[in-house]
Amino acid sequence: MGRYLRTLREFWSSSLAIELEYPANALIELLSVLGNLAGSVVVLALFYGRGHGLGGWSWDEALVVLGIYTLLDGFTSTLLQPNLGAIVNHVRTGSLDFVLLKPIDSQFWLSARSFSPWGLPGVLAGLALIVLAARRAGATPSLITLLGTTLLLLCSALILYSLWFVLAATSIWFVKVWNATEVLRSTLVAGRFPVSAYPPALRTLFTLVLPVAFLTTVPAEAILGRATIPWVLASLGMAMVSLGLSRGLWRHALRYYTSASS
Amino acid sequence: MAIIRARGLGKSFRVADKQPGLGGTLRHFFARRLKDIPAVRDVSFTIESGEVVGFLGANGAGKTTTLKMLTGLIEPSAGEVEVAGFRPFRRQAAFLRTITLVMGQKQQLIWDLPPLDSLRVNAAVYGIGDADARRRIDELAEMLELGEELRRPVRKLSLGQRMKAELLAALLHRPSVLFLDEPTLGLDVNAQVRVREFLADYNRRTGATVLLTSHYMGDITALCQRVLLIHQGQLFYDGSLQELTQQLAPYREVCCDLGAVYPPEAFRGFGELESVAGHRVRLLVSRDQLTGTISRLLSTFPVLDLEVNDPPVEEIIGRLFREGAVA
Repeated sequence: MGRYLRTLREFWSSSLAIELEYPANALIELLSVLGNLAGSVVVLALFYGRGHGLGGWSWDEALVVLGIYTLLDGFTSTLLQPNLGAIVNHVRTGSLDFVLLKPIDSQFWLSARSFSPWGLPGVLAGLALIVLAARRAGATPSLITLLGTTLLLLCSALILYSLWFVLAATSIWFVKVWNATEVLRSTLVAGRFPVSAYPPALRTLFTLVLPVAFLTTVPAEAILGRATIPWVLASLGMAMVSLGLSRGLWRHALRYYTSASS
Repeated sequence: MAIIRARGLGKSFRVADKQPGLGGTLRHFFARRLKDIPAVRDVSFTIESGEVVGFLGANGAGKTTTLKMLTGLIEPSAGEVEVAGFRPFRRQAAFLRTITLVMGQKQQLIWDLPPLDSLRVNAAVYGIGDADARRRIDELAEMLELGEELRRPVRKLSLGQRMKAELLAALLHRPSVLFLDEPTLGLDVNAQVRVREFLADYNRRTGATVLLTSHYMGDITALCQRVLLIHQGQLFYDGSLQELTQQLAPYREVCCDLGAVYPPEAFRGFGELESVAGHRVRLLVSRDQLTGTISRLLSTFPVLDLEVNDPPVEEIIGRLFREGAVA
């Protein structure tokens, strides 16, 4: 365990060093986070300004969902995009060889190798929005509720990570799956709004097939004190199942890895 | 003690069978046709601990595929392989700590950072303590004649410096079995020699087993007492380099500087003419006629200087594959 922690420290300090070689990135990322957030707030304001609601959610409650989406998006830019986005390249160029020959879990390496600080503004903005909006919505979460929400947010992150990893792992067979991961990322944009705002058919899709509901709506319900035990359990179950699936699939996929020829 | 053992090793790949052109591309997109291509067939050999073995063969002969099976990157389709007592494809941590793979065409060092940063990552991954890692880096850096290069971003290093840094990164965990795939690829002659000397030195000091492929015969002649020759996926020869040249080339190269220029026809009956360039003539003469031919040369031509060599190994092997002698 100590070895993994030390490895993680080296991973992240080296990727920080790489990122700092290209400082212009920082500014661009920061602007893109702020732009995205502003855009989403405007869309929400359009709905509520004309007296429409979104699936029975008040303006402030909907902002909590948007905050969670922003948080997850920041997490995506910090960890998922730089790591899982690189898997396709590892497979295509054969540099996966070096990863597989290290005496360390290859899924760990591929998932944690890089760390991009430019997603952190998104994480902070998301957290701030959650706290602010939840307060305004009149939520007075107890310690238990806060712990539960944190747990559900972890589940969200795990589900998102696993889905993405599964898609990236299929590159072992299909080599180029950039399109698939792009589709995933744009579908997740649906998570900016409460899932009950969508028509019933989409709602089912977002709960059962693409678990968008678990990513943002369920944790938002929790912090607003409206979580029900079945949803919490379902969220936990979903997280465990998708993580298990990603591990299983990865092990299976490696049997088919042929390694790019020299 | 045998450290590498391969028995009946085979690997076939399923590859797409695509016709050229737009029509072929469309057909291929909708109805992918696949076929199995055997890359390696029925290869058996054992390598003793501490040996330095050269792995020869033309492009696509199956060298890299075999190396990948030995390192556990791909699963053999047939046969058995054992390295240091492990089944490579299980990739157990203890096995991975025992081996290393260096590939001339792929690199593990982080492109934008100095090699030292990559070395820190490797030290952490292999669980090598800081002080220990520093000692090992110093020791290897000295053998490799690397100094401040370790503190410069990899992208600013020359190819030779980069390869030496790659070697350092690959050897930090003190592996006892080294798999080297074209470790001198693209290096200039000086850098090649330096890498060779380092590998020989490393083998002497640590007793590590080395299996290396190379296109540069110089690597093989300088380092390997034994070679494995693979052709069209099959093991064609396993033995000493010297025997291989004798077996494949029952002739020697005679090189003379003459006092005058002669037309090529003049050398008829003196073996096979390789080249005439001004005063310098190269002839291939079979071993049993060597002394007779030389004395005739000396009596017929005004010979200023005369040398007898083994023909270059790449010449022999190239000839072998061209003439289809391996069929």
